[in-house]
Amino acid sequence: MAALVFLEQHGGELQKGSLGVLAKAASLGDGDVAAVIAGEGARALAAEAGKFGAAKVWTCESAEVAQPLPQPRVDVLAQVVEEGGYDTVLFANSVLAADVAAGLAARLDAGLNWDLADIELQDGELVGKRPALQDSVYAAVGWSGTPRLALFRAGSFDATPAGGGEPEVAEVSPAYREHSTAVKLVGQDAAESSGPSIEDADIIVAGGRGLGSPDNFTLAEELAKALGGAVGATRAVVDAGWYPYSAQIGQTGKTVSPKLYVALGISGAIQHKVGMQSSGTIVAINKDANAPIFEFSDLGVVGDVHAIVPKLTELIRARRA
Amino acid sequence: MRIAVCVKHVPEGPSRIDPSTKRLDRSGEGSLNHFDANAVEEALRIKGESGTEVVVVSLGPQKALDSLRKALAMGADRAVLVFDDAAEGSDLVVTSRVLATALEREEPDLVLFGQQASDADGAVLWAAVAERLGRPVISQAMELSVEGGSARVKRQTEFGYDTLEAPLPAVVAVSDAINEPRYPSLKGIMGAKKKPQEILSLADLGIAEGDAGEAGSRTTVLALGDPPARGDARKIEDDGNAAQAIVDFLAEKRLV
Repeated sequence: MAALVFLEQHGGELQKGSLGVLAKAASLGDGDVAAVIAGEGARALAAEAGKFGAAKVWTCESAEVAQPLPQPRVDVLAQVVEEGGYDTVLFANSVLAADVAAGLAARLDAGLNWDLADIELQDGELVGKRPALQDSVYAAVGWSGTPRLALFRAGSFDATPAGGGEPEVAEVSPAYREHSTAVKLVGQDAAESSGPSIEDADIIVAGGRGLGSPDNFTLAEELAKALGGAVGATRAVVDAGWYPYSAQIGQTGKTVSPKLYVALGISGAIQHKVGMQSSGTIVAINKDANAPIFEFSDLGVVGDVHAIVPKLTELIRARRA
Repeated sequence: MRIAVCVKHVPEGPSRIDPSTKRLDRSGEGSLNHFDANAVEEALRIKGESGTEVVVVSLGPQKALDSLRKALAMGADRAVLVFDDAAEGSDLVVTSRVLATALEREEPDLVLFGQQASDADGAVLWAAVAERLGRPVISQAMELSVEGGSARVKRQTEFGYDTLEAPLPAVVAVSDAINEPRYPSLKGIMGAKKKPQEILSLADLGIAEGDAGEAGSRTTVLALGDPPARGDARKIEDDGNAAQAIVDFLAEKRLV
C-alpha cells in the first residue's frame, strides 16, 4: 500500500482528526505513509506530521490554497497522487475534507468510501468499516481499482504520535484549473470562544431546543458547573441565537469526545450526532421517547428536563460537597 | 436564468438492507429526501416572480417520479428522471457521472443540492458533480443570493462563518438551516401532474451500461455484520426518581 493522508490545517494548526488518520495509516505497517499539507505555513508543519508517522510530507503554499477552499486542493492532491504514485488517499471528515475527497474521486474516477469508522488489512486487502442505518449494521467495504479513497468519521482514531523521525519534504505546485480557483472568500467571521474549550473538556453538558428557551440554558450551565464540565449546544439553538456558535457541537461545529456527554432536550439529529458520537458515556434526557438520541445513548431518560435537571444538579452538588 | 435542483427519492420508514444485494432495500414506499426540500425551496425563493426556470433532476427508480412530483407541486417547473435498471447500485463515481451528464443537457446557471441524503447519510455528491461539470462549488450554504452573474453564499464551518462568492454557472449545496420548505398546496399538487416530466435512460445520455451501476462503480460492499456492542445501554422513564437513577449510573461508571 502506498498511502497518502490529507492533513488539514487551520491557522497553522494541524487538525487532530487528520493526524489520527495519519497515525492509523502508519500503524497498519504496510509500507511508508505520506502526507500532504496545503496552505500558508505548510512547510513548518511537516516535522509535526513526521511525529505522527509520515515518512514523506508534500507541502503546497501557493496563493491558490491560502483560503480553506476545496477545489484548488483537488488540483494539489491529483498532482501528488500522480507524482508519488499513491494507491490510497485517506481523509478525516470535515466540511473542507469531504468536498476535497469527492472532487478528487470525480477527477480520478476513483472509488470513495465515506463515513468509515475503521480500516484494516485483510489478507493484504484494504477493508473499510462503515456503520449504516443508524449504526445498526456494520458494512465491510472495499474498492475496485486504485486509487482507493476513504473518508473517516470524525473522532475515529486517536491522534497518538507514532514516534516517527524527520520526514522527507517535497514541494508541489500543480497547474490550477480555471474552475478550481473561481470561488473567492470575501468575508470571514471567526468564532469567538468564551469559557473553557469544549474540545478539551472531559465532561460536556449540551442543550438543545428541548430546553424550551434561552434562559433555560442556565439548567445546562448549573449542571456543567456541578459536574466540572463545559457547556455545548446544538446547531438549532445556535441558529436561534440562544447560545454562542463557539459552543456548537456537530457537523459544522466542534467535534468532541469527552468521557461523559449529557444531552438535555437534544433530539439527536444526524448533524449533531456526528460531532459527539465517539463520546465515552452518553446520557440523554428527552421527553420524546422516540428521539433518535436514545439509539446511541448509554443511559436514556424519557422525561422533562425542567423537572429532572435541577434535582440532578442538587444531588451531584451534595455528593461532591 | 435556469436553476437545476438535484433530488433523491429515499425509502420511507425504517430502512433495511437487502442481504442478497447488500444494498438498501428500495422496494417499499419512498419520499423526497427532506434535506433536498430545502434546496427546492431555495430555488423557488430565488425564482420569485422572475423568469427563472426551476428544473428538478434525479437518478433513481421509476418511483422517484413521486418525489419529483412533490418538487413540482412545491412550484418547480419541470422534472427529469434518469431511470435505468443498469444504473442500480451506482456509487459516487457513477452517480456523479450520470447526474453531470444529465445536467449538461440542461445548461443550468445554478445547480443546487440539499446537504445530505437521509438514507445513506451521503454528503459528498455535489463536489463530485461540480468537478465533472468543471464548475465552482460551495457547500453548507446558510444564506444564498444571486446577483450580477455570481452566487454569494454565507456558510458555517467548524471555524466560524465564511462569505464566499462564485461566478455562475456554479454548484451550491445548501444547509437545512437556510429556509423552511413550503408544503405543496392542493392547487400545486393538482397542477404538478400536468408539468413536463421526462424520463431518460442511460442510452439517452450516451452512457454505456458498463460505465454505470455496479459495473461502473469503484466501491463495493463486501459483507454486512453487527456493530460493536455499545455496552449495556439502558432506557428509563422518569417516575420522579430519574435524577437519582442518573447519579447512580454515573457513580457506577465512576464519572462522579
